[in-house]
Amino acid sequence: MNRLLGNFLSLFSRDAQADRMVPPTGFTARLTLFSAAAMAFLVVFALALSMATGRLAQRWGEELANGSTLRISAPLAQLEQQTAAALNVLETTPGIVGARALTADEQRALLSPWFGPDLPIEDLPIPQLIEISETEEGYDAAGLRLRLQAEVPGAILDDHSRWRKPLQQAATRLRMLGWLAIGVIAAVTGTMITLAANAALAANSQVIAVMRLVGAQDEYIARAFVRRFTLRALMGAAAGTVAGYGAVLLLPSAQGAGGFLTGLGFQGYGALWLALVPFAAAAVAFVATGVAARKSLSELS
Amino acid sequence: MIELDNVAYSYGGGELLSEVSLALQPGSFHFLTGPSGSGKTTFLKLCYGALTPTAGHARLFGQDVRGMSRDEAAVMRRRIGVVHQDCQFLDHLPVADNVALPLTVSGRDSLEQVSNLKELLNWVGLRDRAKALPPELSGGERQRAAVARAVIMSPDIVLADEPTGNVDWEMSQRVLQLLIELNKMGKTVMIATHDMNLIRAAKTKVQTRVLRIANRRVQAAGADL
Repeated sequence: MNRLLGNFLSLFSRDAQADRMVPPTGFTARLTLFSAAAMAFLVVFALALSMATGRLAQRWGEELANGSTLRISAPLAQLEQQTAAALNVLETTPGIVGARALTADEQRALLSPWFGPDLPIEDLPIPQLIEISETEEGYDAAGLRLRLQAEVPGAILDDHSRWRKPLQQAATRLRMLGWLAIGVIAAVTGTMITLAANAALAANSQVIAVMRLVGAQDEYIARAFVRRFTLRALMGAAAGTVAGYGAVLLLPSAQGAGGFLTGLGFQGYGALWLALVPFAAAAVAFVATGVAARKSLSELS
Repeated sequence: MIELDNVAYSYGGGELLSEVSLALQPGSFHFLTGPSGSGKTTFLKLCYGALTPTAGHARLFGQDVRGMSRDEAAVMRRRIGVVHQDCQFLDHLPVADNVALPLTVSGRDSLEQVSNLKELLNWVGLRDRAKALPPELSGGERQRAAVARAVIMSPDIVLADEPTGNVDWEMSQRVLQLLIELNKMGKTVMIATHDMNLIRAAKTKVQTRVLRIANRRVQAAGADL
């Protein structure tokens, strides 16, 4: 592993000589640069997706964890009495830390996106909401429902975990999908660079033959190709990453619109991951070209 | 240095060379002659390990070619200078870099060697052509550059395959003179050629042995030359 890393790093310092041995080929070089850039561009989006869904899953988890809501629908006259009864039941239920009836102002704030701020909430048969805070372990939802049915007939228990879990699961899956996409892109990059390297090796068979005739060892010849493709992948991926990051920055921010969908961007240290993309591409190229070169050289006489 | 022991070589359809036994003595000067297609190039390739004999044993500096790894063969080739028939240059690099190629690929391209390179180019009369690309050279210049490249590692043996094939008489004399000078410095030299005049010209200047390929065998040529 250390030897491999040493080889990898030495590409940037030594062996410019070996590189000169292989005549420059403008077209293949541009193709390699372009594919590395395109792949890096896609990786930026896959990374952004993974990170955004990661944040989303975390946020849904935090906001909805340890919380349930009780909704009491009753005629206005009975509402207050049923609310009090419900609060009483809730406070005596093991696993519940506290219960609090939402005030009229809070309810109005919840409804204002739909009905506007001036809703005369007092005159409408709007159900009373009770916010429930539970302990880590939670409470026995089925038991609570039975008790509420007996004592507060108009109460409906809304356990958030019922719809939180699938959402969280979906977010986790989406995140895995993002990582999978990055893996696939890395594999495709490796494939494309292998093909390009093979083409270059075939196109330069004369050069390789001359180098062998004057006593060049396989490792020396391979290095000339490896260095070239690694540097191309590094530069191409760097350009692609910058372009991808620019495109992500241009996306409209979702923060203002209620924050339900977190913006598909990079926050905090997330952007640091991007700096790794060109080096990851270079590492892929290093391995792919090395394998291709050694294989094709060993097949020569 | 180079020992061939009952060596045979076939490209698939019958043997081109068979029962070849030979030991090159240090400091000797050999000509290898024979009609076109008789196997001169094949014989030289057996001598520098580019081909492995299909039968018998070829030993270079005491090591059997058959047991050599690719990298061992590459290192061994640095001890044998070869002037190829078609020169084999890297056409995108200038003459000076091509001549220095064996140094470069073996990691010996130090500053000291660079001054040697200048002397060497001087010796083969290519000082003014150092920056030219190989395709810009004349046939004679290419041959002399090939000789320079063959000797830059100061090998013990120099093998030349038709070094005067594409050049006029005067130029072939200059190339021959370079090879004779190398022999006087103690190098073993073997020249494959079908040019009898070249062999006669060499005989007046240096003690040579002439090998002739006939009927798939390599034999010492008689006194008729």
